[in-house]
Amino acid sequence: MSNATQEAVVRDPLILGTKTYSEMTEDICRPIEGKANKYWWVSFVIAFTAMIWGIICLSYTIGNGIGSWGANKTVGWAWDITNFVWWIGIGHAGTLISAVLLLFRQRWRMSINRSAEAMTIFAVVCAGLFPLFHTGRPWLDYWMLPLPNQFGSLWVNFNSPLLWDVFAISTYFSVSLVFWYLGLLPDLATVRDRCVDPTKKFIYGLLSFGWKGTARDWHRFEEVSLVLAGLSTPLVLSVHTIVSFDFATSILPGWHTTIFPPYFVAGAIFSGFAMVLTLLIIARKVLSLEQYITMQHIELMNKIIILTGSIVGVAYITEFFIAWYSGVEYESYAFMNRAFGPYWWAYWSMMTCNVISPQLFWFKKIRTSLFATFILSIVVNIGMWFERFVIIVTSLHRDFLPSSWTMYSPTYIEVGIFVGTIGLFFTLFLIFSRVFPVIALAELKTILKKTGNQFKKKSVL
Amino acid sequence: MAKRIYGVFDDEEILMNAIPALKAQGVSCKDVQSPFPIHGIESLIGVPRTRLSIASFMYGITGTSLALLMVWYMMISDWPINIGGKPNFALYLNLPAFIPVTFEMTVFCAAHGMALTFFLRSKLLPGVTAPMPHPRITNDKFVLHVDVKDENAINEVSAQLKSAGASEVLTKSLQFA
Repeated sequence: MSNATQEAVVRDPLILGTKTYSEMTEDICRPIEGKANKYWWVSFVIAFTAMIWGIICLSYTIGNGIGSWGANKTVGWAWDITNFVWWIGIGHAGTLISAVLLLFRQRWRMSINRSAEAMTIFAVVCAGLFPLFHTGRPWLDYWMLPLPNQFGSLWVNFNSPLLWDVFAISTYFSVSLVFWYLGLLPDLATVRDRCVDPTKKFIYGLLSFGWKGTARDWHRFEEVSLVLAGLSTPLVLSVHTIVSFDFATSILPGWHTTIFPPYFVAGAIFSGFAMVLTLLIIARKVLSLEQYITMQHIELMNKIIILTGSIVGVAYITEFFIAWYSGVEYESYAFMNRAFGPYWWAYWSMMTCNVISPQLFWFKKIRTSLFATFILSIVVNIGMWFERFVIIVTSLHRDFLPSSWTMYSPTYIEVGIFVGTIGLFFTLFLIFSRVFPVIALAELKTILKKTGNQFKKKSVL
Repeated sequence: MAKRIYGVFDDEEILMNAIPALKAQGVSCKDVQSPFPIHGIESLIGVPRTRLSIASFMYGITGTSLALLMVWYMMISDWPINIGGKPNFALYLNLPAFIPVTFEMTVFCAAHGMALTFFLRSKLLPGVTAPMPHPRITNDKFVLHVDVKDENAINEVSAQLKSAGASEVLTKSLQFA
């Protein structure tokens, strides 16, 4: 029936080698069942150390207040909010892959959606830390919740984009977590049924919620996945739209632009796909998953990077043009100051990394080269970090009143917290790769006969 | 007393061809356990279309209403404040500013409500033991559940299952929710 109907022969297979269902199970469960290799331990120790350093810097901040950061009266948002927006943006690719590509019936998403969704969740965890600690008194963060007045503050202000953010990020985090975990259930059941060790079997039994895989379960499972994808798609667009509202609803030159929502969403997907590539190029090698995450997957992701990178490039140029065309002198100054003011190096780093470097992927040689893709994926994320830095710091550091003009530079505490979140992100990802199946195994089995290498060969003969 | 036996198949295509053949012989095929969703099997064994998406819509509407009620009470009714020259006189006047939170609450309730309903409806909860007739169902085996009238019919139905392509026939007593 439908499982057996193959896709067009001209399409390249998404699963290489000659796999059976059982061999797929073996391949994908191997990283969980075996012992971690040397590379895993080396990466884990580095990531964990970075995380500990972040915790130390964060503790220092809690003890001494945010005066230990370089942010000042003029540049009140700086390194922290830059990192917040950067991490949130990275998270967006996971939802895009799992939800939007599911709605578009893109089969290639099945090899990468699990790890991309995990990346989403870990990135949102890292992002959430920054605004929580930027409040200065994180023990009063519950004031952000809509609690009655006697809990300390007044009712929260529902007119404020910062509050919209609280709702958007928490909804995004919890819905992504449920979507991810729901997809994990059948695969956790696979691990459970293969476990020999009774303790492990018990733990995976708990984690898999007693998944039994009856036709009714699968029917409901697919319906829930589809509806969750339908809900996550507008959700992911709304999240970065609302993040951009934090800036766009202000009257600050450089922030006060209507182009922000689509421009931020495109930038988020751009940086997110770059991070997926960075992670997967390493993961497919270390976990020996080259036959599931193929060059075709990498090339397709690179094509999305060209698209979103070009959207971001057009947005930069449009912003600049409108600043001049609007005739508002403050707006024009803000943009001239970005490009040729004291932070010119940040602006031109952003332009080089985000506008020029992804265009290299037009060459097939470059977008099918692992090395080039790996380097460019890191370059893109550096560029996207600079984008947020440029938007936040260069718009703030020279405001309407020249007497309050100032410069911003981070302290080692702020840098330490950022390094710490990178450590946290990789620590979580490394643990994930040892505990959960990194590929949506059950889902991938449904396409084996459609797109598996040996089945394609058979249909040619 | 009807008894349930389990036919183990090695491939979903064999199973899909076997079900109509078995049904033609009067065998009652009740359910299938498989390592992945087999599309088109629902109609063969009579799984009704799930109403979870309708439930999700209801939860979503509930979320919208709750969100509007919440912002109306907090911002308009209980403690109206003039923020930045924008007074909170009436819900409809301030509605544009309340749309983001309303939208997020809608998605929140629709998604979590549906997921919880799914877990309860399919009896998926931490601590539930999965009834697995064959240990490799989550790997590469496809199990067809068949009800037989009495103990005497087991051998006959087993033979029918075998001739339809089953590699093994199991008789175990398992508690399916």
